[in-house]
Amino acid sequence: MKMRQVYMDNVAAAPLLPEVREAMLPYLGEIFGNPQSLHNWADGAREALESAREQVAALIGGASEEIIFTSSGTEANNMAVKGIARSRAEKGKHIIVSSIEHFSVLNSARTMQREGFEVSLAPVDSTGTVVPDDLLKLVRPDTVLVSVTQASSEVGTIQPLAEIAAGLPKDGPVLHTDAVAGVGNIPVDVKKLGMHALSLAGNQFNGPRGSGALWVKRGVRLLPLMDGGIQEGGRRPGTEDVPAIAGLGKAAEIARRDLDVRMERMSGLRDMLIEGVLGKVEHSVLTGHPVNRLPGYASFCLRFIEGEAILMLLNSHGIAAASGSACTSRALKASHVLLAMGINHELAQGSVLFTLGPVNDAEDVKYVLEKLPEVVDRLRRMSPLYSKYLKEQKG
Amino acid sequence: MPVYSEKVMQHFMNPHNVGEIADADGVGEIGNPVCGDMMTFYIKVKDNRIEDVKYKTFGCGAAIAVSSMVSDLVKGKTLEEALTVTPSMVAKELEGLPKNKLHCSNLGAQALHRAIRDYAIKNKIDIPGLTDKEEPEEDEHACET
Repeated sequence: MKMRQVYMDNVAAAPLLPEVREAMLPYLGEIFGNPQSLHNWADGAREALESAREQVAALIGGASEEIIFTSSGTEANNMAVKGIARSRAEKGKHIIVSSIEHFSVLNSARTMQREGFEVSLAPVDSTGTVVPDDLLKLVRPDTVLVSVTQASSEVGTIQPLAEIAAGLPKDGPVLHTDAVAGVGNIPVDVKKLGMHALSLAGNQFNGPRGSGALWVKRGVRLLPLMDGGIQEGGRRPGTEDVPAIAGLGKAAEIARRDLDVRMERMSGLRDMLIEGVLGKVEHSVLTGHPVNRLPGYASFCLRFIEGEAILMLLNSHGIAAASGSACTSRALKASHVLLAMGINHELAQGSVLFTLGPVNDAEDVKYVLEKLPEVVDRLRRMSPLYSKYLKEQKG
Repeated sequence: MPVYSEKVMQHFMNPHNVGEIADADGVGEIGNPVCGDMMTFYIKVKDNRIEDVKYKTFGCGAAIAVSSMVSDLVKGKTLEEALTVTPSMVAKELEGLPKNKLHCSNLGAQALHRAIRDYAIKNKIDIPGLTDKEEPEEDEHACET
């Protein structure tokens, strides 16, 4: 009998929805024209571009002319942080980012440091939430940009963006959010949130990878990262990747259409997984916020054992997950998100993250709940930390 | 999955000699949980030979496979022979380790070395090849706290 295969690493990569794939195919085939050309071959490509722009704008409550297509969420974040900071350098050279940002925001901020900007890191509490007052205290007259993720891609905590936006001085800093993990998975409305710029990526809601977008509110200035032609209003030059953009548009349309159903389904499975793990695995802690978390995110730290070993044994049972342990990172550093939440290095080593997708069902969750305790038990039996703990308990 | 050799996977999936020895003649511990790996080796010595060896390991797949391989390499060997086991020998026997996991092979060899030194100190004996110097705790270990 073939082993059950349970894919719960949707944050790393997620399968394309069949409808999305169908929507992309014509642009990999007969509709190959360049949208900028002045002949009939351009028409189909240009129409695809513009309808995708409307679909993406509709998903986040923006206007289609405010959408800039990019190659990824990473590019959108780079463009927002560097492009906005550079365009406002005459007003001031201070940036605030949260301490749990994705590396594409954190490292972009570091680049701006080298260009003479000062960067302040806003702390988070133990649930991975940016406390608005703590961030607002960092705002200075020369603060030109604030960037806070909408939801952490590592622990799933949803941030109080609207409160942060409300607390910022009027005509003060531009507020950008990396909403890559959230868009397509929870409702996002740039107007309700009070944003000036927002990054998203298609591969986080079953669209193609290599597709992303930056929404920039009309009137907010931004210098392009690359020099080139007039595509995307000159803000993102380069011949458009029409198949990816068409796929992103279709995925956005489906995400908007199915959002409520999908959220309910993912949250149900997530809660079943969280309750099961906390109940069945001793010395396990949930990381991130217990309630304000992305629907598909179940993240834990399991004491006395290490994440890479957990992933390898889960994989041997046909289960895919992720970890923020030092040993799973190439640089051998524990996740900066877990450390920022006050989790110590030892506990962070036992990080494991399950990200659910539309293909998962209750049987998948049951299977994980059957296998994970076995895996944990096996690793704990060979862990010197666990035997020390047991001896201390006895002693 | 990490790009591990078949040999590493075999030892990781079925590690040999896991456990503790309650009345061990020597115990060696290395690493700390902050750095991600920790190993404790236990040896039982009879007639100058490692009659039994066991270990407990907290760490990644490589750390577990290294512990298993070290235990295989030294079981039944004289103490002098056991001391000739080097990190590069362990890595080679495992058909190689990814670059950023090479430090795991240092930890394995060092933990065993410490168990032998513990035995030598307890029994007040000199063993050729045994350094009395403390080896650096985090040799080539990219550990930042």
